[in-house]
Amino acid sequence: MSRPAELPRWIDLGLLPLVNLAMALGVCGVVVAVVGLDPLQVLALLLKGAFGSRAGLSYTLYYATTFVFTGLAVAVAFHGGLFNIGGEGQAMIGGLGCSLVALALGNQLPALVLLPLMVAAAMVFGAAWAAVPAALQAWRGSHVVITTIMFNFIASALLAYLLVNLLKDPGSMSIETGPFPQAAQMPGMHLVLAALGLDWPRTPLNLSVLLAAGAALAVTLFLWRTQAGYALRTVGFSPAAAHYAGIPPRRQVVVGMLISGALAGLVGINELAGVQHRLLLDYVMGAGFTGIAVSLIGRNHPLGIVLASLLFGAIYQGGAELAFEIPGFSRDMVTTLQGLIVLFSGAMAQVAAPGLARLYGWLRPAARLQAAPGAASG
Amino acid sequence: MDEALIGGLLASTLRVSTPLILCALAAVLSERSGVIDLGLEGKMLLTAFAAGAVGAVTGSLPLALMAALVVGLALSMLHGYACVSHTGDQVVLGMALTMIAAGLTIVLGIAWFKQGGQTPPLPDAVRLTPLLTGLAAWLQGLPMGGRVIAGGLLGHNGLVYLALALVPLVWWVLYRTRVGLRLRATGENPAMVDAAGLSVKGLRYGALAANGLLCGLAGSYLVLAQNANFVPNMTAGRGYMALAAMIFGKWHPVGALWACLLFGFLDAAAIRLQGVSLPQALGGGAVPVQAIQALPYVLTVVLLAGFIGRSRAPAALGVPYVKAR
Repeated sequence: MSRPAELPRWIDLGLLPLVNLAMALGVCGVVVAVVGLDPLQVLALLLKGAFGSRAGLSYTLYYATTFVFTGLAVAVAFHGGLFNIGGEGQAMIGGLGCSLVALALGNQLPALVLLPLMVAAAMVFGAAWAAVPAALQAWRGSHVVITTIMFNFIASALLAYLLVNLLKDPGSMSIETGPFPQAAQMPGMHLVLAALGLDWPRTPLNLSVLLAAGAALAVTLFLWRTQAGYALRTVGFSPAAAHYAGIPPRRQVVVGMLISGALAGLVGINELAGVQHRLLLDYVMGAGFTGIAVSLIGRNHPLGIVLASLLFGAIYQGGAELAFEIPGFSRDMVTTLQGLIVLFSGAMAQVAAPGLARLYGWLRPAARLQAAPGAASG
Repeated sequence: MDEALIGGLLASTLRVSTPLILCALAAVLSERSGVIDLGLEGKMLLTAFAAGAVGAVTGSLPLALMAALVVGLALSMLHGYACVSHTGDQVVLGMALTMIAAGLTIVLGIAWFKQGGQTPPLPDAVRLTPLLTGLAAWLQGLPMGGRVIAGGLLGHNGLVYLALALVPLVWWVLYRTRVGLRLRATGENPAMVDAAGLSVKGLRYGALAANGLLCGLAGSYLVLAQNANFVPNMTAGRGYMALAAMIFGKWHPVGALWACLLFGFLDAAAIRLQGVSLPQALGGGAVPVQAIQALPYVLTVVLLAGFIGRSRAPAALGVPYVKAR
């Protein structure tokens, strides 16, 4: 029972994830019903809120942008055999990096120079925050899962200290920096489309969405078209085999975590440079953890991650709309659904496999009969 | 420093440490059997909600405690079903439980109590009452540390003393009984345990059951003793801090106790030092409270890196056991 069942590829890669997702949605539907709402009505409103209008669609894409970054971050580390739970902290510190550049150089440089600098700073800071757990894993054997969790808390404390004592705008009551200068603000998509002659509602969706698409493409090329990506995947697949093949596992651990941290750091570009235009506490709001769910659903493949990010973007946006439309509906239903998806698609991903295998064998007796003699002779 | 201040600091250290101790013991048990528990935070939050909700509805302390224990046990059985029976990823399961708990407690709280996710304040009959207050009042008048002991060690509720008593109990079970030996062997070399004719699954489920009950105690402490009701996200990272304490204590119940007391002390001190100025010799300015709050995590990372002693995880930790066929 506990051995993974042998299933055709289309069931393993196509049907099983859908069955798991359906189970998560089913349990969430039960919760919705327990709370006293009609699950089908909620689903219809959720879809309408997420895709029913141009503004809704824009919000969906805006949320999805952040999830692409954190999802890719988890996936790259995962291909190297590492579980990076520190996306949350790396995103916080990445946001700090881009904010420092924005506040220090915002009035001196034009946007065309400044924005790429901010992107670079977000990536460098995010990578730097991942570097310490990476080095400790590589050379001291400290488990990266534990150290990245610890670094999330340390990042949160560091950011709070810096904001309260050094960066806070003295004129403001809330704990946040002053606003970024105009040049440091990532142009909103409505402005870009207006320049192209298209009328589009004003939403948080900004140019970072293109950055996310570029990041997904770059990660695909890196993992499957470069020597470094091959080395990373080899270490993830079998550290011993990689070692015999002359690939130093330690360096791959560091490479994987640095790229992972850099990707997580880009959350700061979408949220701070794109929307908030200032640095504030707790702006990541669990996106690092959502990245784990996104990567699990997307099977650690960039294309899957983009699709899963759209799914989660739709759930977040639809959930926000629902909270408006239905009194008593809490946005935390979205967090619940996210947890259920991680449960069924992640921790219990193989629970449904034996059942599916039996069902498949029952529906396709001919295939089993054909396979049996071959197995006997071989 | 005067005696009342020391007593007060000691008392708040014990109060803050109690849920950490209970959770860290839960983690010691499951991890020594080879099952990672990153779901402490979620288990504690859901059991706290169960205690708060049942306590508010029934007005009964035993029922509230029972609800927390049952929910803790159920979550641990889910943990076992996914990770022990079906070899699911233990880290992922912990993350899932924590996310579900964060969302579900608020969703249900809003639907059932309509107070923004909080449960109604519990009447005094449902709350844990301080014990040994008579002795404390008598000691109060004695010189030579009487007030330190009275204010610091006495007058806590039953769960504080239970948590302290459970530390030697867990130590005794793990290191002085046959079950404990088998449990530790399961975490180091499950194939050997299997070859000896013992059930690896059974031992791991057993460890998880104890783990769930201890998490239930920790969760109910938050609602029945520390607060007067359930508040959204009231665990506020305590589950992870307990995990850190368990690692800092080198996967040993007594080590975990000292780590929990240290972390609890840092927490209690950070609250007291809020807004206090540094002495002039250190440049004045406010005490960096955030640095004190981050210290437990920094210390744990430093320990894990092997710079102060060596903290070694059980050899088979996180590896699902698949019986060879």
